[in-house]
Amino acid sequence: MKVLVPVKRVIDYNVKVRVKADNSGVELANVKMAMNPFDEIAVEEALRLKEAGGADEVVAVSIGPTQNQETIRTALAMGADRGIHIEAPHEVEPLAVAKLLKEVVAREEPGLVFVGKQAIDDDCNQTGQMLAAILGWAQGTFVSGIEIRGDTAAVVREVDGGLEHLEVKMPAVVTVDLRLNEPRYASLPNIMKAKKKPLDSMSAGDLGVDIAPRLTITRVEEPPAREAGIKVSDVGELVDKLKNEAKVI
Amino acid sequence: MSILILADHDNGQLAAATLNTVTAATEIGGDIHVLVAGDASGEVAKAAAAIAGVSKVLTADAGTLSHGIAENIAPLIQSMAAGYSHLMAPATTTGKNIMPRVAALLDVMQVSDIIKVESADTFQRPIYAGNAIATVTSNESVKVVTVRSTAFEAAAAQGGSASIEAVDGGADSGLSSYVKSELSSSERPELTSAPIVISGGRGMQDGSNFAMLEKVADKLGAAVGASRAAVDAGFVPNDYQVGQTGKVVAPDLYVAVGISGAIQHLAGMKDSKVIVAINKDEEAPIFQVADFGLVADLFEAVPELEIKLD
Ligand SMILES: Cc1cc2nc3c(=O)[nH]c(=O)nc-3n(C[C@H](O)[C@H](O)[C@H](O)COP(=O)(O)OP(=O)(O)OC[C@H]3O[C@@H](n4cnc5c(N)ncnc54)[C@H](O)[C@@H]3O)c2cc1C
Ligand SMILES: Nc1ncnc2c1ncn2[C@@H]1O[C@H](COP(=O)(O)O)[C@@H](O)[C@H]1O
Repeated sequence: MKVLVPVKRVIDYNVKVRVKADNSGVELANVKMAMNPFDEIAVEEALRLKEAGGADEVVAVSIGPTQNQETIRTALAMGADRGIHIEAPHEVEPLAVAKLLKEVVAREEPGLVFVGKQAIDDDCNQTGQMLAAILGWAQGTFVSGIEIRGDTAAVVREVDGGLEHLEVKMPAVVTVDLRLNEPRYASLPNIMKAKKKPLDSMSAGDLGVDIAPRLTITRVEEPPAREAGIKVSDVGELVDKLKNEAKVI
Repeated sequence: MSILILADHDNGQLAAATLNTVTAATEIGGDIHVLVAGDASGEVAKAAAAIAGVSKVLTADAGTLSHGIAENIAPLIQSMAAGYSHLMAPATTTGKNIMPRVAALLDVMQVSDIIKVESADTFQRPIYAGNAIATVTSNESVKVVTVRSTAFEAAAAQGGSASIEAVDGGADSGLSSYVKSELSSSERPELTSAPIVISGGRGMQDGSNFAMLEKVADKLGAAVGASRAAVDAGFVPNDYQVGQTGKVVAPDLYVAVGISGAIQHLAGMKDSKVIVAINKDEEAPIFQVADFGLVADLFEAVPELEIKLD
C-alpha cells in the first residue's frame, strides 16, 4: 500500500506575521518558511506505518511555487520515498488543492492519504474533507490515533467533548491532529540522501484542473490591539481589581 | 434568500454554538431554517424550533445519522441545498468535519470560521492564528459558511415557534462506522460558552495540580481550560485545549496560570473581555495581552486566590 502525504509550505509557526501596509495580504518577503506542522505529523505517521510493514511507499506532494520543492525535500529527508511538485503560480484554495490531489490519487492509487488537519496560514481546515468528498472516500478527521485492521482503519478523533472512535473503510483520507505523534528531525546524512530521491514536477494545467480562486480577499488587516494592562502586586490587589474595577467576579 | 443551518447536538441536547450561528444568519438576513440530523433527536428539534428567528426546523431522523457521520450527513445536506442561499454551521468539530464535505459535493469553496458578517456575500475571518483578519467575498451560487461562535451573541433560546417538518434521512454510505466515545464529563460550564475560564499550562507541572484550578473554578462558576503543552503532557484531556487548533473562547474573564502566551494559545483567548495572567516569569509574553498581570509562583498565588474569593 502506498501512502500519499500532501505537504504545504507555510510561514514558520514561530514567526510573528505582519500585515502589509497596503492591506493586500501578509508580508512574505524574507520570512522564514517551513512545512505546515500538521503535515510533519502526517509524514511521520506515514513513515511509522511503513516501518511497521503496513505501507510500502510514502509519496509527498506539494502544490505551489518552485520553492515548495524545498518542503518536499524536507519530507524526503524525513524518510519519504518520492516527491511530486505541482507548480501553481498563486495561492491555491482548498477546493482546488483537493481537485489536484484527486488527480494525483488517480495516478498513484494510494490506500491512505494523510492530510494535515489545518494549514496554519489560511486556517481553513477543509482540504482533507473536500478530497474525501470528491473521491467518494471515507474521512477520519482530527485524528490522534490510527490502527490499520485489514481494509479498515480504526481512528481516534479529537472532538469538542473528548475522543471519538470510528472505523473507516479504506482507501480513506485521514486528517491528523497534534497528538498523533512527535515528528522526527531529518539527520544530516538523510538530508544529503534526500537530494537524490526522485521528485517529479508538473503544472496544475497538466492535471486539467481549474485552479482559479473562488473567493476574493479584498482586505487583510491587523486585529484590534488590546490596551496595555497593569501588573498587580499581590493576590489581594488582583481580587480587588476584578471585583471593583473590572467587575467580572 | 433562505439559510439552512446544521444544528450541532448529541441527539439529546442542542449545542449552544447553534444559537450563535442563528445570530450570524440573522445578520445575513432571510428565512432561517435549521436542520436537525440525528437519531431520536425530537427534543433537539423542539429546542431548535423555540430559537428566536428560526422559521422552520427540518428533522432527518435515522440510525445512520446518530453520530454526525460526515459521509452520511453531507449528501443529505447536498440533496436539500437547492433553494438555499447559505448553508451554515457552527465551527465546532462537528461543523468542521461535515461542512467542507458538503461544499466539495456542491463544488463550492467554503468560508471557514467567520467572525463578522459584512453583507450576504462578504465576511471577515481570522487567518494566521488570528494575527490577521481577512475580508473575504464569495461569489459562489450557494455560500457554505462556518461560524466562530464567540464572535456572535447567542440568539434567544426561547420565543420562536418554528414549524417542524420531517425530511428523508438518506442512505448509509457504508464508509464509516461509529465505535464509541470517550467524553469528559464535568459539572462545570462548557468551555466555549462559560462566562469565566481558568486555564493551566506547563507551569502546573502535573495533572493532579489542576485540582487547585478546579477549586477556584468552582467558586467562580468557571470552566477549566489548558494550553497545548498541558494537554500534550497528559495533565488534562484534549478537549481542554484552548488555542489556534483547540477551542476558541472569549469569556468575560480568562485567567491564564503557568501559561507563557505563545501565538497559538493567544489565538484562542485574546478576545476575552478581561485577561489575568499568573506567571513567575515577568517577561512571559502572556503579560502583553493581560489586563491584570501577577508575577508570582502559581503554587502560592492560586491557593491564596481561592481563599480570597470567599
Ligand atoms: C501547529 C501548532 C499548533 C498549536 N496549537 C496550540 C493551541 O491550540 N493551543 C496552545 O495552547 N498551544 C498551541 N501550540 C503550542 C504553542 O506553540 C506553545 O508551545 C504552548 O502554548 C506552550 O504552552 P505553555 O504556555 O503551557 O508552556 P510553556 O511555554 O512551557 O510555558 C510555561 C509557563 O509557565 C510558567 N511557570 C512555570 N512554573 C511556574 C510557577 N511555579 N508559577 C508560575 N508560573 C510558572 C513559565 O514561566 C512559563 O511562562 C501549537 C503549536 C503548533 C506548532
Ligand atoms: N498547497 C498545498 N500543497 C500541499 N498540501 C496542501 C496544500 N494546501 C493544503 N494542503 C493540505 O491540506 C491540509 C489542510 O489545509 P487547509 O484546508 O488549507 O487548512 C494541509 O495540512 C495539507 O496537508
